[in-house]
Amino acid sequence: MKLPIYMDNHATTPLDPRVLEAMRPYLEDDFGNAASRNHPFGWKAEAAVEKARKQVAALIGASNKEIVFTSGATESNNLAIKGALEFYRSKGDHVVTVTTEHKAVLDTCKRLERQRAERLEELRWMRLSELQPQPVTAENAAALAIKHDLDNDPVLRRWESMVTAGARVTYLPVKADGLVDLKELEAALTDKTVLVSVMLANNEIGVVQPIAEIGALCRARGVLLHVDAVQGAGRVLFDVEALKVDLASLSGHKLYGPKGVGALYVRRKPRVRIAPQVDGGGHERGMRSGTLNVAGIVGFGKAAELAAAEREAEAARLLKLRQRLRDKLFTALDHVAVNGSLEHRLAGNLNVSFAFVEGEALMMAIKDVAVSSGSACTSASLEPSYVLRALGVDEELAHSSIRFGLGRFNTEEEVDFVADLVIAKVRKLREMSPLYEMAREGIDLKNVQWTAH
Amino acid sequence: MAYSDKVLDHYENPRNVGTLDKEDPNVGTGLVGAPACGDVMRLQLRITDDGVIEEAKFKTFGCGSAIASSSLVTEWVKGMSVDQAMSISNEDVARELALPPVKIHCSVLAEDAIKAAIEDFRKKREARKAGTAQVQNG
Repeated sequence: MKLPIYMDNHATTPLDPRVLEAMRPYLEDDFGNAASRNHPFGWKAEAAVEKARKQVAALIGASNKEIVFTSGATESNNLAIKGALEFYRSKGDHVVTVTTEHKAVLDTCKRLERQRAERLEELRWMRLSELQPQPVTAENAAALAIKHDLDNDPVLRRWESMVTAGARVTYLPVKADGLVDLKELEAALTDKTVLVSVMLANNEIGVVQPIAEIGALCRARGVLLHVDAVQGAGRVLFDVEALKVDLASLSGHKLYGPKGVGALYVRRKPRVRIAPQVDGGGHERGMRSGTLNVAGIVGFGKAAELAAAEREAEAARLLKLRQRLRDKLFTALDHVAVNGSLEHRLAGNLNVSFAFVEGEALMMAIKDVAVSSGSACTSASLEPSYVLRALGVDEELAHSSIRFGLGRFNTEEEVDFVADLVIAKVRKLREMSPLYEMAREGIDLKNVQWTAH
Repeated sequence: MAYSDKVLDHYENPRNVGTLDKEDPNVGTGLVGAPACGDVMRLQLRITDDGVIEEAKFKTFGCGSAIASSSLVTEWVKGMSVDQAMSISNEDVARELALPPVKIHCSVLAEDAIKAAIEDFRKKREARKAGTAQVQNG
C-alpha cells in the first residue's frame, strides 16, 4: 500500500491509465484543429472529437448531436442557466433551484438576481428624474423616493413589470436527509418559470435527488429541467430520456478523465435552445465558440465509455467498501453521525461528523490520507459548509465533518488503514477536547454560555 | 495551505494537555470560544499565593493552529508572574507560530484564554478574602 492515500474523489479523480493512453496521440502527432476542414490533420482531429461525442452521449442516453463540449462543468452550468434564461426571456424570468447546489449554479443565479436588481434600480432613478427637475444622486435618491412615494407609483410598477433582465430565483430548502421536497418544488413553479436546476448527486454528502419525479413534473408544467450531473453521471444510472432531462452538465475530471473539459447536454426533441455565452467562431453548433480541446475531449470520451461499461460492478464494489468503512468507524467510536440520506446516496460517499473534534484538526492528524471537511477552517469564508447547514446540521457538527470520497483506485486495504487511523486520531483529539470532557461529565453543551467571537 | 514547522510541532506533540481541579482555590480556569465557531479553548493555571504561575494545562477543540496556540501559551506562562502573563498579546503568539491571516483568531483566542483564566483566579481570591472578612466581622 502506497502513502498518501487519495480518498477525495468528489474533488477530482486520478486519470485512468487507459484514458491517458487514448489521449496520447492527440498530444503528440495528431495535434490538428478539429475545425480545419481542408487537410488530414483537421480531419483526424474532427473524427476523434466526433467519436468522443458519441461516447459521452452514450453515457447519458443522449444522441451525439446533443452534446456541446465546454471547458468544464462550471462553464456548462453557467451556459445552461444563463443561456436558457436569455433565450426564453419572452416566456419568463423565473428560476427554481436548491440551496445545496454547487456554487457554479448558486453564484450564477445570484448574478442573474443582481442584474435584475440593477435594472430595477435604474428604472427608479429614471422615474425620479421624470418626477422632479433636480438631478438624482446617490445621496438624495432615497429621500426623493419617499417624497414622491415611489413604492406606490403606478407608472414605475408598469415599467417594472416589463423588466426581463436577469432573473427571479427561488432557492428551495432541503429536508434533513438532503432531499428536495417535491411538493415544495411544485408549489414554487409559476407561469413565469423558465428553468428548474437540480443536481443529480451532491458533491459534499453524495445525496442523489429524485430526478425522475422532478423531470416528470417539469415536463408536465412545460418548464425546462437542468441537471448538474457532475457527481452522479457514471456512478448512478442517468438516462436523459427516461428522466426527461432537458439540459445536463458533465465534467471529465470527475470520471477519471482529464481536467479542463466538460459538456453540456442540450435536448433536441423536443428542441431546447440556449443563447451562447461565449462568442466567436461558432464552434459546437454556435452554442460554444472556441477551438476544441481535442486531447481533453478524447480523454473525456474514453472516460465516459469506461464509466458506462464498469458502472454497475464499480458501484457494487464501492458500496461494500463504504459499508466496511462505516461499520469500522461506527463500531469503534461513539458520537458519530452520517450527514444526509444513507439510502439515496452515491456508493462512494461517506460524510461523517465526529462530534467534539474539529474537522481540519482531524485532517491534519491523518495527513497521509486525503479527504475533505465541512469545517470553516478549510474554507476562505470561515463559515462551515452551507450544504450541511441547509440540512439543519448544527454548526458545531458541521465543523466536525469529514467527507470520504471513495473511488475506482481505492482498495479494501486502504479502507482498513484509513478507518484505523481515523479511529485512533479521533480518540486522541477527543482526549484533548474540552467539549468531550464536558459531555462526559454530563454537561449539556447547548446550555453553556459561550463567548462567540 | 501549508502549516509552519512550529504549528506542526505543537500540534503533533502538544505540551501540557490536561485538566486541573477547577475547584482548587489556586486554579484559574478560562473557557473561551464557541463550538458553533469551530473553536473552544480551555486554559487552566495553577497560581501560587504570591502570584506566580506554577502549572498550566489546556484542552482545545479547534483546528491545528488553535491547538498549537494553546500549547504554546501553556509553555510560555509557566514560571511567569500573573502580570507578565497578562501582557502576552495575540501578536506574540501569531508571530511565534507564523500564523497566516485567516488563523489570527486562534492567537486571539489564546490571549483571551490567559486573561480569562487569570480573571477567574482573581475572582476566586476576592471571594475568599470577602469570605474571610465576613467571618472576622461576625
